[in-house]
Amino acid sequence: MANSQRYTREIPHRFRLEAQKFEDGFVSLPNRYISPNGNKNSEKIKLSGKGKILSYTVIHTPSDEFKLIKPYAVAIIETIEGARLTAMITDTPLDKITIGADVELVFRKIKEEGASGIINYGYKAIVV
Amino acid sequence: MREVAIIGVGLTKFGELWDQSLRDMFAEAALRAMEDAKVYKIDSLYVGSMSGGLYAHQEHLGSLMADYIGQVGVPAARVESACSSGGQAARLAYYEVASGASDIVLVGGVEKMWDVDDGTFVLATAADQEYEAYNGVTFPGLYAMMAQVYMQRYGLTREELAAVPIKNHKHSVHNPYAQYPFEIDLKAVLKSAPVADPLRLLDCSPITDGAAAIILAPLEIAKNFTDKPIKIKGIGAATGPIALHDHKDLTRLDAVKLSAERAYKAAGVGPNDIQFAEVHDCFSIAEIIVAEELGFFDYGTAGKAIAEGQATYGGKVVINPSGGLKAKGHPVGATGVAQLVEATLQLQGRAGKRQIEGAVLGMTQNMGGSGGSSVVHILEAI
Amino acid sequence: MVGIVGYGSYVPRHRIRISTIAEQWGDDAKVIENGLLLQEKTVPGRDEDTITIAVEAAKNALKRAEIDPQEIGAVYIGSESHPYAVKPSGTVLIDALGIGPHVHVADFEFACKAGSEAMFVAYSHVKSGNMKYAMGIGADTSQGAPGDALEYSASAGGSAFIFGTENVIAEVIETHSFTTDTADFWRREYQHYPRHGGRFTGEPAYFKHVLNSAKEILDKSGIKPSEFAHAVFHMPNGRFPLKAGKTLGFTDEQMKQGWVVNIMGNTYSGSSITGFSAILDVLKPGELALLVSFGSGAGSDAFIFRATERITEVQNKAPKIRELLDSNKMYLSYGQYAAYRKKILFNE
Repeated sequence: MANSQRYTREIPHRFRLEAQKFEDGFVSLPNRYISPNGNKNSEKIKLSGKGKILSYTVIHTPSDEFKLIKPYAVAIIETIEGARLTAMITDTPLDKITIGADVELVFRKIKEEGASGIINYGYKAIVV
Repeated sequence: MREVAIIGVGLTKFGELWDQSLRDMFAEAALRAMEDAKVYKIDSLYVGSMSGGLYAHQEHLGSLMADYIGQVGVPAARVESACSSGGQAARLAYYEVASGASDIVLVGGVEKMWDVDDGTFVLATAADQEYEAYNGVTFPGLYAMMAQVYMQRYGLTREELAAVPIKNHKHSVHNPYAQYPFEIDLKAVLKSAPVADPLRLLDCSPITDGAAAIILAPLEIAKNFTDKPIKIKGIGAATGPIALHDHKDLTRLDAVKLSAERAYKAAGVGPNDIQFAEVHDCFSIAEIIVAEELGFFDYGTAGKAIAEGQATYGGKVVINPSGGLKAKGHPVGATGVAQLVEATLQLQGRAGKRQIEGAVLGMTQNMGGSGGSSVVHILEAI
Repeated sequence: MVGIVGYGSYVPRHRIRISTIAEQWGDDAKVIENGLLLQEKTVPGRDEDTITIAVEAAKNALKRAEIDPQEIGAVYIGSESHPYAVKPSGTVLIDALGIGPHVHVADFEFACKAGSEAMFVAYSHVKSGNMKYAMGIGADTSQGAPGDALEYSASAGGSAFIFGTENVIAEVIETHSFTTDTADFWRREYQHYPRHGGRFTGEPAYFKHVLNSAKEILDKSGIKPSEFAHAVFHMPNGRFPLKAGKTLGFTDEQMKQGWVVNIMGNTYSGSSITGFSAILDVLKPGELALLVSFGSGAGSDAFIFRATERITEVQNKAPKIRELLDSNKMYLSYGQYAAYRKKILFNE
């Protein structure tokens, strides 16, 4: 479900891949006050968009918002900076997707809130 | 703290219950449990349910259910922990009894899943909404990604993976409450519709309506209600990261391991003492990884062991004698409580044709999301 | 010296062949291909639109410009397929690229010349000393009605140009615009597809405006066609730009590099300016290039550029448009194309 408030709030992460690197090594894409293991000190970093596939699957039974584009692949990606994220894979033939493949994150439309709602943008991955 | 026992159980049939609403199912299960325990008044009520709001547009389930089971006035609360809502509700109820705050506490789990069209959307709320579901991942997709890595790393084959649902369907044949009490074979699994590679329809637990309930009481007075009170010997619970991508190792479920260690420690037993376990087989791969985290098999070997019969009658440990989530059904919030119902029936010798001979020590493991939470109960016949 | 400091283009990976569309509607593929001089066109992916295309083109422009995005004082996107009727494409782009918030943003519209006019305004800001850098972008995902001639050519893509006074790679020598009220092609509010005047779109519209603005700029500048290394004219199909160029005295050789329409289609606001991007990819220091756009309604913007020494340092810093047009192509059937372009009635 998209709405103006959430959409606007998430822009730095979804559009510009602004992330945090905590002192204990944890890299977080969404904003956090504290790392999962309790470390509060972090510096702002911007992800390059380059990473590698740790795992992926091809979705055949999506929720309604994505049902017209099935089958599509999603992947868990580790960026070169050490951030972990989940993204849809786009513009890549399904047989080209493997565990360990290099990917690049691109700026794409994620969904539309119906014919009259706002358009949500974010990142997707392409196998390079 | 006092010791706590289960003195009564009840549940509805699991399946597509078009004629029964959320409150109907809960009341049926709860009243059966009260009947079983010969209890007419309870001191407190816990309701385990993942999403009354999104499925039935109904929150405030504590109040609703207290009203509809004829116990208006008792303190009540809904407990939510995605698919481990039921197990968590039981855990909190345990402490209320153990602490001496209440004597007779009813724990009910319920979910009404067939009232919506886009169930995939609701189930995805168990995952990370902003950073997983938003990007198109579905709940089966998360477990599929675990399966991909597990199969690549340990050489588990597609056929071995199918051994889990095949076994669970074999068990459910003798479960009158099960949604699908019939056997399936390898061909059926491999022909079923793809869901998220490599998982197919028959690798996945179904959409189910249903409710289950148990009554807890202090052990010291349990014999007033039943000849066969079942002692809750130990409980352990833990959380894991909300998003699968934050798991260090995609073939492991740390929350399950942690919750099991805590339960074993509280109960003073180990994996080799456990004769049977009702575990959270939301997907075939889940049962495999869980069985390893519970200590029944070494990492990377559970798939083969299950395929070789080590998790059924006559094997090392009977996993999911009820048929598990796959064959019995998975009304999300009810599952954790239904597992406790099955464990109780087995330990009381009331499990009919699926009775495990000489069962005295059993376990339940209930999990939320993609390993975001896990609750383990160890039960003993006394 | 005022001119381009960075440029970049982007086209989607999906394609559909002219022959596939011809087969769908019972046209003779060879006749269409030869008549319009088109082979295939780009199709935007389901997750692409004018904004995502503009962002990718602008990223490539920033790679070549090598400037701090925060120093850009204005961003204008011209398109006839802005995703919103009210809410600018430009605001999404600046947030995606880390430009602003102390920046001026506006969306432009003028059929196919919305991109070149965005460039003209950006250039003027810098020329007047208003700001250090300004960016003009043209991008489109325009549609042709099913079974209509425009369905063969309407495609998706865009280019972005950053203007400045430091580290210029192509200096603006001259500009000119020629505009009249001509109803050759239009789309009313709330209509899904545009309409056009058939053959009226030729002589009285395209050729009148393109030839007039080109003749004026050549006269004003005193530069003869033979002095140009390259020239590109708006490309609604393969034939019109070649005919216009020949009329003015340009050779096929001069127009070859910018003539990308046969493998790209007509990217509307991104058309002539993307052909111009292909020219910049090969332009040598000191060489002259002519860019003449056309927008129905109607008008034409003309620019003369001269490459500086610096151009060879930046050409390889981002993907070149002809490389993008020739790689990673994914061909669609007509059914897939119709689903992608939402020409099917979906159950909302």
